[in-house]
Amino acid sequence: MTKTIRQLIAAAVLALPMAGALAAGGGAHLDKAPIDIKDTESLQRGAQMFTNYCLSCHSANAMRWNRLQDIGLSEQQIKDNILPPGAKIGDPMKVAMTPADAKAWFGAMPPDLSVIARSRGADYVYSYLRSFYKDPTRETGWNNLVFDKAAMPHVFFEWQGEQVLKHEKGADGHEVAKLELVKAGTLTKLENGKANTAEYDKRMADLTNYMVFMGEPSQVKRHQLGYIVLLFLIVVMLPLAYLLKKEYWRDVH
Amino acid sequence: MSEQKVDAGRRRFLTVATTAAGGVAAAGVATPFLMSFFPSERAKAAGAPVEVDISKLEPGQKINVEWRGKPVWVLSRTPEQLKALPTVNGDVLDPNSEMPMQPAYCQNEFRSIKPEILVAVGICTHLGCSPTYRPDLAPADLGPSWKGGFYCPCHGSKFDLAARVYKGVPAPKNLEIPPHKYLTETRLLVGDDK
Amino acid sequence: MSKGQTIVENASERAADAARPGAGGKVLEWIDARFPLSSSLKAHVTEYYAPKNFNFWYFFGSLAMLVLVIQIVTGIFLTMNYKPDATLAFMSVEYIMRDVSGGWIIRYMHSTGASMFFVVVYLHMFRGLIYGSYKQPRELVWVFGTLIFLALMAEAFMGYLLPWGQMSFWGAQVIVNLFGSLPVIGPDLSVWIRGDYVVSDATLNRFFALHVIAVPLVLLALVVAHLVALHEVGSNNPDGVEIKKLKDENGIPLDGIPFHPYYTVKDVLGVVVFLIVFSAILFFAPEGGGYFLEAPNFDPADPLKTPAHIAPVWYFTPFYAILRAVPSFFGTQVWGVLAMGGAVVLIGLLPWLDKSPVKSIRYRGPKFKVMLTLFIISFIGLGILGAIPSTDVRTVVAQVMSFVYFAFFLAMPFYTKNDVGSTPVPTRVTMSTPARQVRFAILWAVTIIGAALFAMYV
Repeated sequence: MTKTIRQLIAAAVLALPMAGALAAGGGAHLDKAPIDIKDTESLQRGAQMFTNYCLSCHSANAMRWNRLQDIGLSEQQIKDNILPPGAKIGDPMKVAMTPADAKAWFGAMPPDLSVIARSRGADYVYSYLRSFYKDPTRETGWNNLVFDKAAMPHVFFEWQGEQVLKHEKGADGHEVAKLELVKAGTLTKLENGKANTAEYDKRMADLTNYMVFMGEPSQVKRHQLGYIVLLFLIVVMLPLAYLLKKEYWRDVH
Repeated sequence: MSEQKVDAGRRRFLTVATTAAGGVAAAGVATPFLMSFFPSERAKAAGAPVEVDISKLEPGQKINVEWRGKPVWVLSRTPEQLKALPTVNGDVLDPNSEMPMQPAYCQNEFRSIKPEILVAVGICTHLGCSPTYRPDLAPADLGPSWKGGFYCPCHGSKFDLAARVYKGVPAPKNLEIPPHKYLTETRLLVGDDK
Repeated sequence: MSKGQTIVENASERAADAARPGAGGKVLEWIDARFPLSSSLKAHVTEYYAPKNFNFWYFFGSLAMLVLVIQIVTGIFLTMNYKPDATLAFMSVEYIMRDVSGGWIIRYMHSTGASMFFVVVYLHMFRGLIYGSYKQPRELVWVFGTLIFLALMAEAFMGYLLPWGQMSFWGAQVIVNLFGSLPVIGPDLSVWIRGDYVVSDATLNRFFALHVIAVPLVLLALVVAHLVALHEVGSNNPDGVEIKKLKDENGIPLDGIPFHPYYTVKDVLGVVVFLIVFSAILFFAPEGGGYFLEAPNFDPADPLKTPAHIAPVWYFTPFYAILRAVPSFFGTQVWGVLAMGGAVVLIGLLPWLDKSPVKSIRYRGPKFKVMLTLFIISFIGLGILGAIPSTDVRTVVAQVMSFVYFAFFLAMPFYTKNDVGSTPVPTRVTMSTPARQVRFAILWAVTIIGAALFAMYV
């Protein structure tokens, strides 16, 4: 329903024709991220991963810990399970690393991730997290198909294992860059040369889902309120205004 | 063209109904604007309850903690100071703390949970200055009957060591006792009592 | 005739109501002796006679007013929490979005309102174009309107810098550099506008001040002038017939109806429909598909890193496309800037470019209709081209369309002369018919589908 409304609006504001034109532009192929910001269990798993992994190097300064209550965690659960020692429940999600360390390790402070899902899009984040591959020419040993020469190392390599870059001829004769799993991680399987990445993909979907939530924590409330407002306008205001206009305009011939 | 009769009743009903519905809509629209004046999440986080370690607080010593941007005094009163409190009952305005300037659990002769530990908001109930702690007995400026207390330098309001206001000074009420509780024997939480 | 009588009776009844000495009447009397309240209400509302044949296109004036109010009110509340400081601005917007209660609604109302303002104003201007609302005696109404459009562009441009995202920064950078291409004074002028050698904190501060107080004051003054001028001469209508020419024995135009209650109730209906669209965007697609809130603007401004593709917000794209379409020659790129400025100025000159003896498109000849169709195609086409990266083919298309844009205005004195349709202008206004409504729906559909196809294949 929400999606339908969104599509209708997109068409109405002429975003449809323009988006069509933009899609023709270049850039790596992005996989569709299975986002569901109402799936609180997925969001909670994502929040846990975000805290354990991303927050070591990235901040999310616009996001307060107590806002995790919006994804179904109680204040006590946040304090007991997620909140880093020393942090208060009303604090923003600060980075563990100091800027000086960041400069030394990565050459620059890794970006704040509060609204990264809004700036790059969920599909980008989801694809990026799954597109690390072994590249000995890079200092970290890793490169990324979605974001070439990314400074970020592959944080989840124990889970995903190792991918390598392969160039294949596509159906239309163009060369296509593809990633191939060569060494299974704890969440992936290699059976008879066939890769099964479902479990890893699911985790990354959770993480992406959480980052989409974090980009705009009031999304769910926004939709709920939207239904009430539209319902009121369409069911109450519209008929009344229409009848009122009709009634007065009976005078005009 | 035939003359149509104007149905005044229907017309009035629709006008009133549309206006009423429009009023509901206007109230709905006004809500976020009015709500935005309440403290934000940042202000709430900054005003969150404060933990105080009182293990090193010696008798007669006072420390200040900041809670919601206000000075909160934590004073450890000596047995002598506690004993002196009932003796000024006749000189203070509200000796039994009948005005709602403290949580129910502090409406007692010491205005505190533990008799010796006073927790009070250090803001004068007159015009908002912060009174100074004057534990000295019978100093020259405060007169021979001074048994220790707080003195507001702005307009001369006086309070005793239970933060009760004296009679005949500008301040109309006792100092406020904030909600607080003991997490352990020596850890105090100011700002929350639940 | 019966209609005129009914209305006169209504009006006189209301007058009698007011005259009856109740408590309210007494207060009103007291005020009227000191302030022209009743007489102003009469002159501008209850006895302001508007043509009775207003159609769909006539909603957008009152809607523009509504959006202006929305923008001012939400803007005031945003300033209460926004920080015009280069180090704080970006996060203060997120602070509004998350920490301030109701803040996200207020912010989305403002961002959606900005885009809807241009939707409404473009449709409002188009109405004037097709029904000749700028023609004598409404030249000043149109000139004030063009100035409002200009002020609105300045307002929107400066407001877009405030979130201090990548698009804010680089958009401002590009536009301010346009002034740098003016001969002699250019380079100094762009430094003067920025107050720095690059778009910086100083620029943000002054744009904030101009956006929240200076330009809004100008806008409000112009809106008052626009309305005063309109009420002096009276509204045009889809037939382009002057209703003041035919009056009854009471001096009331035969084809006029009092603005209140007839157009107030009609506008209320328009407002409700508009609010449905507005709320649908606000609550379900506040980013407007990336065109109302651009994705790169969720990255904080970084003077060292230009986004891959800089496009202005959608409402500037037609003019931006004209700018890009004009090549630089004689060693300067000032021509594109002049063309872009000229594209706006020409709008204000319409009253003197149009030599047609009739106002409304309904009674014009084929030449104007052909030119108008080409103009619509070009304007929408330029809007789409300005939003996407340019290629060789697209540049040629944009050049052709820019040519059509200017030809529409500059050739107007020639093709509108004696360009009259087969149906003569009637003496009385005509009401809408189902056939007209069907044609209207078809034209809309053709426009939307045409634009979609153009965007997909250009």
